[in-house]
Amino acid sequence: MDVTHALAAGMGGIRTAGDLVARMQMSRGMRLKEAKQYVADKLGCTVRDLSDSYAMEQIRGEKGLGRILDHSNLHPGEPNAMMAKFRIAELLGLHINSVERFKDLAGL
Amino acid sequence: MPVEARIPTRMGDGFMVEMTRSELRADIEEATTQAAAKAKVPPLSADEQAHLLDIYASPAAFTAVDIGDQVVLSCDGGGSKMTGTDLQDLLESEQRLGQDILELWHIEYSYKAIKTILPFQQQVMQNAQLMLTAPVQYGAQPNLAFYSKPDGPAGNWFELLPKGDIAGARAAIEEALEYATQDMVYVADGMIAAGADGVDFDTTGGAGDADFFSTLRAVKHVREKYPEAGIELGMAGEFVIGVHGELEWEGRRLAGLWPRQQLEVCQDAGVTLFGPAVNIRTGKSCCWNTAYSLTVIKPCMEVARIPVHPNVGEGVCGVPVNGYPPEDAASRAAKALVDILRCDGL
Repeated sequence: MDVTHALAAGMGGIRTAGDLVARMQMSRGMRLKEAKQYVADKLGCTVRDLSDSYAMEQIRGEKGLGRILDHSNLHPGEPNAMMAKFRIAELLGLHINSVERFKDLAGL
Repeated sequence: MPVEARIPTRMGDGFMVEMTRSELRADIEEATTQAAAKAKVPPLSADEQAHLLDIYASPAAFTAVDIGDQVVLSCDGGGSKMTGTDLQDLLESEQRLGQDILELWHIEYSYKAIKTILPFQQQVMQNAQLMLTAPVQYGAQPNLAFYSKPDGPAGNWFELLPKGDIAGARAAIEEALEYATQDMVYVADGMIAAGADGVDFDTTGGAGDADFFSTLRAVKHVREKYPEAGIELGMAGEFVIGVHGELEWEGRRLAGLWPRQQLEVCQDAGVTLFGPAVNIRTGKSCCWNTAYSLTVIKPCMEVARIPVHPNVGEGVCGVPVNGYPPEDAASRAAKALVDILRCDGL
């Protein structure tokens, strides 16, 4: 069922900009239209690009926001996971809890 | 006279039947009329009913929203250890299932139980946050009834009420909700300390108005202490049952609230993602169920200041009650909710 909803209606997570839009909903309570526009403005792309895996794969790579990894798409040397979240926090102007905890515990 | 084509469709339990376009139309009309009367809201407009009919009268095995209309998916049930470790499950959710908001949970999905294993869950969350890019919230259910005997310390109000001991039942409920709020606050504090991006209170109101009340108190605590934490609150049903009957939140009685009023209470308390739920009637078609759900949820969209993510799990908002919800039915429900409600997520 997870797959069904993802294909039928989901933005696509880190395959696109779904996680970024989601963060604006979670942290700022932004409605979808506002959250999409905010993220599009920060990325310098159109709102439609946000759900386009072709466009977002390139944008995420350029900005170091983390990408899907599979056997034909490997990106060693590129930010992912916690590294990418540092970039995401800075890009979106957000306080990402796990990033702040990482800094505290790593003594940064 | 030409015979109408019969279209494969589903009942609320997932059983496949065949209905004509006219029968589907009749189901939509009946459902929206009934829902409007019960919830005292307007029925779906003619255009909305027509669009819904097009969705359900299609013979397609799968359907989807239009390009550009995709919404945020806030998913529960991640880290189930079904295909590997909890961390591998979450990675699968992010990398293979394309979830927008992940959730770490435990199979014993209640805050009362999680309290007893909090450090284990905290460690998983801390480790997961190192390896994941998508936001990860921590979720569980209030499950107020677990605080009553024999599972908990408070009296069992479901035994006291049939005896006519209303005062005793209310006292037991009021005792239980103190414990429940305490546990939800304890777990929320612990998981946010471990790096969670937010918390999810799932099936809120499942045990009635006190279940809802205890959760709202936890929401208020989390909002005040963590201004940027995500707080998702998903309801258990379309109507808050007044088991206690006299509990109020900021002057509003919780018993009897429908989705619009539930949303108003939640957004005032500090929730950032609200998930209305409308339970499936298994003896009705999925088309009927979706029409009913849309009617009672639609008023939310007029007053929403926060994202609305209708629940589309098994047995709610048009998705069949079935361990393996058929894709044709689940995708139709998803499309209908996005197209007609213009909701912010699912």
